[in-house]
Amino acid sequence: MTTTQTLGATRPLQPHGKPDLDAIDLPDPALQRVASNPTFQTLVRERTRFGWVLTILMLIVYFGFIGLIAFDKPLLATKIAGTASLGLFLGVGVILFAFILTGIYVVRANTRFDSLAAELARSLAR
Amino acid sequence: MSRNHILGALGAVGILAIAATVAMAAGPDLGPVTQQATNWPAIGMFLFFVLFTLGITYKAAMGTKSASDFYAAGGGISAGTNSLAIAGDYMSAASFLGISGLVYTSGFDGLIYSTGFLVGWPIVLFLIAERLRNLGKFTFADVASFRLDQTSIRIISATGTLVVVAFYLIAQMVGAGKLIQLLFGLPYLYAVVIVGALMIIYVAFGGMKATTWVQVIKACLLLGGATFMAGAVLYQYGFSPEKLFAASVQTHPKGDAIMAPGALVTNPIDSISLGVGLMFGTAGLPHILMRFFTVSDAQAARKSVFYATGLIGYFYILTFIIGFGGIALLMSDPSYFKLGADGTTYDKIKDMIGGTNMVAVNLANAVGGPYFLGFISAVAFATILAVVAGLTLAGASAVSHDLYAMVIARGRTTEAAEIRLSKVSAVGIGIVAIILGYIFENQNVAFMVGLAFSVAASCNFPVLAMSILWRDTTTWGALLGGLVGLIAAVVMVVLSDAVWVKTFGHPAALFPYANPALFSMPLAFLTIVVVSKLDNTRRAQRERAAFDAQFVRSETGIGASGAHAH
Repeated sequence: MTTTQTLGATRPLQPHGKPDLDAIDLPDPALQRVASNPTFQTLVRERTRFGWVLTILMLIVYFGFIGLIAFDKPLLATKIAGTASLGLFLGVGVILFAFILTGIYVVRANTRFDSLAAELARSLAR
Repeated sequence: MSRNHILGALGAVGILAIAATVAMAAGPDLGPVTQQATNWPAIGMFLFFVLFTLGITYKAAMGTKSASDFYAAGGGISAGTNSLAIAGDYMSAASFLGISGLVYTSGFDGLIYSTGFLVGWPIVLFLIAERLRNLGKFTFADVASFRLDQTSIRIISATGTLVVVAFYLIAQMVGAGKLIQLLFGLPYLYAVVIVGALMIIYVAFGGMKATTWVQVIKACLLLGGATFMAGAVLYQYGFSPEKLFAASVQTHPKGDAIMAPGALVTNPIDSISLGVGLMFGTAGLPHILMRFFTVSDAQAARKSVFYATGLIGYFYILTFIIGFGGIALLMSDPSYFKLGADGTTYDKIKDMIGGTNMVAVNLANAVGGPYFLGFISAVAFATILAVVAGLTLAGASAVSHDLYAMVIARGRTTEAAEIRLSKVSAVGIGIVAIILGYIFENQNVAFMVGLAFSVAASCNFPVLAMSILWRDTTTWGALLGGLVGLIAAVVMVVLSDAVWVKTFGHPAALFPYANPALFSMPLAFLTIVVVSKLDNTRRAQRERAAFDAQFVRSETGIGASGAHAH
């Protein structure tokens, strides 16, 4: 630990313009301005919640599908339309669901989150 | 769940390699791979692809000057192009040939893989992609070490990267050699050397620009070829999937059972573990994560995942149709099978010429004639080549950018020296890959792609996710957590049936499941949480305090220099 800390303290500036950790350590007024900005807080809160809700939906749908395969094969073998079984529709459904979910996220991000981000940029520029 | 089934589907690669060495207990027995007659149309089309991509590499090499050009194509790749490159990285020959072969053998079961491979993408989008782009420059270690100790975190990230790349590369090299023997009639060693030499040239000279464009061209060829095949199959059934399914059920020896879950999933724990590995492994594959640094900003990163998810999902639906097309159109045609002693009987699954991995290739001949067969063979080779190039670039970047520039030289190096080392590493990785491909020719490598996904899910993903998302993560937590995940995943696979019994010849497996991720990934997360909580050193306090700066930047991109801005 001690060695790494010493090394950390004497580490030169990163070559690609990355801030040194020790510099971040100091309270940065510009940073505080962003972090305490109400628009920033709204953006982060909404986006984080939305991301987790969609993540959990995806987990439920996918592991629900796997669970059905593991525990109730006869149900998935049920015929829906002629030869095609319920399992087939559900499997293709999982693929479409994943795509639609990413689409929902992108639409929300392109409209709501990006406009919040633009609002944040405007209020920071003032 | 039969291990041969699971892992075999993960790599066409795998099935072919098993076939050469291990008699399969259940499922398709492909017999030893025999060298086929030299296939000139396929070789001609492949040569055309090679010349064209070498031209692109030459052009890319002219425009590659800075480190940003080399690692991240100057940040100038558009969202659409990047989505094709991501899809290209993900649509390996294994998924094309392996999954259509699995659908041919067991119908519905093939769909279980397709879903597993796809569902990682939404997770990447919702939790990782934009934050990664806002925080990083060239490798995911840039992001994981943003506020943590450079040395420790880069070492664990680079180790995770190199382990994933090594297993993935071995599987791809062996698969390439076997496949080319089958498709082109070239000897194994020639094939491995050609693949190794070309990937060195793409990566060392053209860097990320060439690697991206090779990937994009291959993705277009593969999607185009697969679309044509699926279309040709559906055309014969009046574009009615129902008629195709009905015809398949009539001709398949398993009958109606192919429409329902079969023998693939018998052990619920193993199937959930496979799912965990595929889903979260996707979010930890270094060659995929690198692609988010090639676009200009978080918006473009977001759009590329959306398009890529669509392209990959579309591709898996195509492979499903192709597999059923194989059942309906090939099974009744004796010319695609090795006939029995009496010259008329054959087993519709076991006796397919070249094995069931050749379903897509044989179907190409059935719907498009010998020139389309040559085209699909060339596309399969191009696919392997593009995937290994992406892997090599990820490995070379871990060596030059993470280990050399940040750990050994501690930032006291020039861009030119770093790029030079990256090129040398690419050559080194290529040579090692050729040697490993040669050594592993007759080994069972089926478990290796699965292992690569498990390591990505158990080491790279936890380190990355926790450093971005959890304030309390400290260097010690991330370092030990990543290490525990990495070792657990590798040890569990070594003790499983695929290695402990099949390779080392022990009587019984010490780890009962084929897929470790369900156990190794939570273990990694738990270690990160516990160690970070216990860590109250001065450094740990400083790292927690630095979270705010990282958080603002990861959420807004404020302060994020574009990969091209220097």
